[in-house]
Amino acid sequence: MSAIHCHLLCKTFRQGDEIITGLDHVDITIEEGEFVCLSGPSGSGKTTLLNAIGGLDTPDSGEIRMGEIRIDQLDRGSLADMRLHHIGFVFQAYNLIPVLTAQENVEFVMQVQGIPTAERTRKARDILREVGLEGMEARRPAQLSGGQQQRVAVARAIVSHPDLVLADEPTANLDSVASTHLMGLFSELNENHKITFVIATHDKRVMSYARRLIKMQDGKIIGDAAQ
Amino acid sequence: MRGFRLHFSMLLRLSWRNLWRNHRRTLIMLGAISVGVWAMIFMTALMRGMVDDMLNQGIRNLPGHIQIQNPAFLDDPSVVNSIAEPAGELLIALNQPGVKRWATRIKVPAVIASERESRGINLLGIEAEAEPDITGLPAQISEGRFLESNQDQGVIIGAKLAQRLETRLGKRVVVMSQDPDNNISERGFRIVGIYRAEMPGLEEHNVYAARDTLQQLLRIEDRVSQIVIVDEDYRDIETLYRRIERVTPKTLEIKPWYEIDGYLAAMFNMMDGFVLVWVIIIFLALSFGLVNTLVMAVFERVREIGLIQALGMRPILIVYQILLESLLLLLIGLVIGNGLAIITVKPLESGLDISIVAEGMAMMGASSMLYPNLTLYDMLLANSVVIILGILTSILPAWRAAQLDPVRALNST
Repeated sequence: MSAIHCHLLCKTFRQGDEIITGLDHVDITIEEGEFVCLSGPSGSGKTTLLNAIGGLDTPDSGEIRMGEIRIDQLDRGSLADMRLHHIGFVFQAYNLIPVLTAQENVEFVMQVQGIPTAERTRKARDILREVGLEGMEARRPAQLSGGQQQRVAVARAIVSHPDLVLADEPTANLDSVASTHLMGLFSELNENHKITFVIATHDKRVMSYARRLIKMQDGKIIGDAAQ
Repeated sequence: MRGFRLHFSMLLRLSWRNLWRNHRRTLIMLGAISVGVWAMIFMTALMRGMVDDMLNQGIRNLPGHIQIQNPAFLDDPSVVNSIAEPAGELLIALNQPGVKRWATRIKVPAVIASERESRGINLLGIEAEAEPDITGLPAQISEGRFLESNQDQGVIIGAKLAQRLETRLGKRVVVMSQDPDNNISERGFRIVGIYRAEMPGLEEHNVYAARDTLQQLLRIEDRVSQIVIVDEDYRDIETLYRRIERVTPKTLEIKPWYEIDGYLAAMFNMMDGFVLVWVIIIFLALSFGLVNTLVMAVFERVREIGLIQALGMRPILIVYQILLESLLLLLIGLVIGNGLAIITVKPLESGLDISIVAEGMAMMGASSMLYPNLTLYDMLLANSVVIILGILTSILPAWRAAQLDPVRALNST
């Protein structure tokens, strides 16, 4: 799996009688191993673009390709498989399954992938250690702070080495220390594991970590620059 | 199903923990399922016991599980339609293992008269030794004694008949009937026993005397009205029936109990249907609670379902997870319900005194003691209905959960 190509992507939403433009002929290519930030005010289309790339939402028109796969033409089951094997998600909040422990949350994706118990236990422990949560494996989400929960979510997103991590406002609920720690972790993973990161944010500190900044407004890309 | 097998442990863990997220709701639902299952099995055991009793009573009054008689006897039970005592192959077959008891009987219409009253009756000539297994009459003697031999000169009448005749134990009565030549045969009998039947109506009509004594009275030598055969269980007489039928002379008629009495046969055949309808009615009441529980469980977890969809869980696995949750709830409820049913039915199996409604029960042909009958079949039926219908009613909430749009689900409040 390699680059992501979005071609003339359009998406509108109906809100009462009003039609809201989510994506307006978006054309971008994100290469493998890039660290991209999508920035822009609320309603600019960042999350809609992330959801479309991740196969969570289907565009009204246009194409999305991940390597050779036309994401916009896959059925629900195939989209689920694609997300399972190629994409890691980190959301703004409510990232974890509350009835599972930190370790079980990290193991969840691997378990759905069918990875044997011993291997996934080892991988989950290793990644939790890597994100600084050693000793907290048996805690449930309610017993973890917001930052710790977000780190568990990151651990789950990257544990099976996806090609792409999509993060939607990952630091929105974190204090500055936790935010810095998380972004440092993302940078390190991007550099060491060559995982492609696409992060939607309007946090300037987060943007400072990106090597490419895509600005969006009213569903359009109004700026795209390396930094 | 491959996905289900592959991910079973994960689905089981999620389902089990989700089940206990809302302890109170789960416990209330478990209580409802347990009580429902208990009611299904307990009431079925009572119904089964009552119907069994009615059937056993009915069969004892026929009497016997299989009867051999003159083809004209059932339509005209007079002395002319008698038969010879069994002989040859039939006699050999009757004495082989598998036959619990057989006996010959005489049954003729007669008139009994005391010094004050007279009544029309069924005069029955019985074999004293065989009778306990045929009708259970000896156990019903409330005053006096049972017949001591086939030549006993006494007569046994019902308590109600004694009351109607204004007579009592030890008094003499005159019994009149017809011989094969249509001459009146009569003789005096001393009342040696008075019985109280489970069905009080019988007490007025059935009068018992020794078989040989009646053969003399009716001048039929060694002829009898019927050969009655009793098997171990009225439900399972086919093998014995076929065996006896093969060696029964073609001039005689052989009938199983369910052909002799269509009402009993209908009752027997309807019982399973009744049980199924009863179990389904209770389940329908339960299903509302079950569906509500699952719908609420899904409603509360919309964001979580969106999350697991986003992480790559296929919709079918979400269906399996919700169904497994329902199955766990049902299984726990079934274990408790079955346990409660066994605990409450077993102590009652020695008999439940319902004499307070004895007259009503007697009208239906049942006795004043109810013996609940807890059968494996009924338990399996109740459990199967709960599991199968429970899963079926859970499919809709499970399917709806799987069809949630992940973006909307993740953004729901």
